[in-house]
Amino acid sequence: MNYLFSLEFLYLIASITYILGLKMLGHPETARRGNLIAAAGMTLAIFGTIFLFQGEVPTLVYTLIGIAIILGSIIGWMIAKKVPMTKMPELVSLFNGMGGASAALIGLIEFEHYTGQTLSVFTIIGGVIIGSISFSGSMIAWGKLNGSINKPIRLPYYNILNNLFLLAIILFAGYMIWSNTNSQLYLYILFFGALAYGILFVIPIGGADMPVVISLLNSFTGLAAALGGFLYDNMVMLTGGILVGSAGTILTFAMCKAMNRSLFNVIFGGFGETDLSESKGTDSKITGSIKKTTASDVAILMNYCQRLIIIPGYGLAVAQAQHAIHELEQLLDSKGVEVKYAIHPVAGRMPGHMNVLLAETNVAYEKLAEMEDVNPEFQNTDVVFVVGANDVVNPAAHNDPSSPIYGMPILDAEKAKQIIINKRSMKPGYAGIENELFYNQKTSMLFGDAKEVIQDLISEIKGM
Amino acid sequence: MNELIDFISTNLDMVYVVILMIFVGIEVIGNVPAVLHTPLMSGANAIHGVVIIGAILVMLGADPENKLALSLGFVAVILGTLNVVGGFVVTDRMLEMFKKKK
Repeated sequence: MNYLFSLEFLYLIASITYILGLKMLGHPETARRGNLIAAAGMTLAIFGTIFLFQGEVPTLVYTLIGIAIILGSIIGWMIAKKVPMTKMPELVSLFNGMGGASAALIGLIEFEHYTGQTLSVFTIIGGVIIGSISFSGSMIAWGKLNGSINKPIRLPYYNILNNLFLLAIILFAGYMIWSNTNSQLYLYILFFGALAYGILFVIPIGGADMPVVISLLNSFTGLAAALGGFLYDNMVMLTGGILVGSAGTILTFAMCKAMNRSLFNVIFGGFGETDLSESKGTDSKITGSIKKTTASDVAILMNYCQRLIIIPGYGLAVAQAQHAIHELEQLLDSKGVEVKYAIHPVAGRMPGHMNVLLAETNVAYEKLAEMEDVNPEFQNTDVVFVVGANDVVNPAAHNDPSSPIYGMPILDAEKAKQIIINKRSMKPGYAGIENELFYNQKTSMLFGDAKEVIQDLISEIKGM
Repeated sequence: MNELIDFISTNLDMVYVVILMIFVGIEVIGNVPAVLHTPLMSGANAIHGVVIIGAILVMLGADPENKLALSLGFVAVILGTLNVVGGFVVTDRMLEMFKKKK
């Protein structure tokens, strides 16, 4: 009977809630409940750890733990509640970094207590390395997503340099384990080395690939937590950590697949180089000129068409134009135009991000059409309005085998009768490749900031 | 090598847990629609905040005279809490939006 109130039993329940929670997160109807269940399990495990601890603990330590948890909860809660939905992905990255840092700090403290016990030292050093990489990498990813670091920075031969550096870290760690050292100096060299590697690892990767990187670092942190579980013989850390490590890895691959990229390509390639060499030929294939149009022309077109499909992309999120587009959609709807949004699975900054953004502005669920459902409808559509999207409508994915995005599922915007594309400039999209859709005879380009352009359209249409 | 075999034989249950959990993780994520990738990643992110338990254990076991260990542990607990609380709250916020439109 006593077992029911033991820590091991609480950990068992918590582990089950994690599995159940993750499973439920995978289905739209149960997702929210799943998250709450996992949160409840976590709370149970945390309080169990504190109150069921066997051993003498001075009040000071209890007080400190209490203060730390309260402080962390208040700050975490405030950040999570205040940050606008467009900034969600970088927030995930930020919190992921915190977890990584926590794992690294645990290793830094525990190192001296386990000198001589090879396997414990192995888990400690592993936790320090993985946690530190996850921390510094996540911080760079965070900076990239919020725009403070906006260009991929590539040192010459960065691939070889990075790999040599990683190899050096691993060899050094191996030496530390093998030599049974208790040198704090070595430990801190390793710690700062891993931090530096995390930066070097993420900094050459372009902003569009950040979701994949965050997902990968997410599973790293899971692994770091699991190593802590080994160290302390702690089942809940082990189950939670391994679960996230494995689920995170699969999720990383799923994301790569949705973007038609290989993980290898994300980490070592970057769209940049692969195309420069390959797409030379493609550039010359694109002939014709682009046609510019004005807001008033587009307004007339939209006002008198019957079916309109909006294709929102990253540019819409950057311009914070999701409220404006919703207003435009309602206005056209009231004028009898059938309006829909076609959502590419990877539209926005992360897979599913666009759905979250539009849902926030109260766009009706029925108006959001998934790619497979909407693609057959394009040929019966009068006007397609592409806002800040590029690669997801690039026909090269269908008909140019030399293109790096060849084979990626796209929205068949080119089948519509008229195509209006809003972009800030002719700059190519993330993939860094030309888009022949811009040169299509049916296409008109409407240059300008998405939000301003949409607001102009709204006032034009209102005036009609 | 001997040490590794020793470790496996004394911690056989942990080895089982690791292997089974890897498969549970793979199984649980299979066939999730792309729409839910972001919330799922965020939820998983919150779950690895379980590392906070390690941070708490560090503090509970620390020598109260060791000020460095206590302060590092203190920071580790704060960071771990941020990961857990922030992670779950953000995920809930995302999913709340999904619910509204239904």
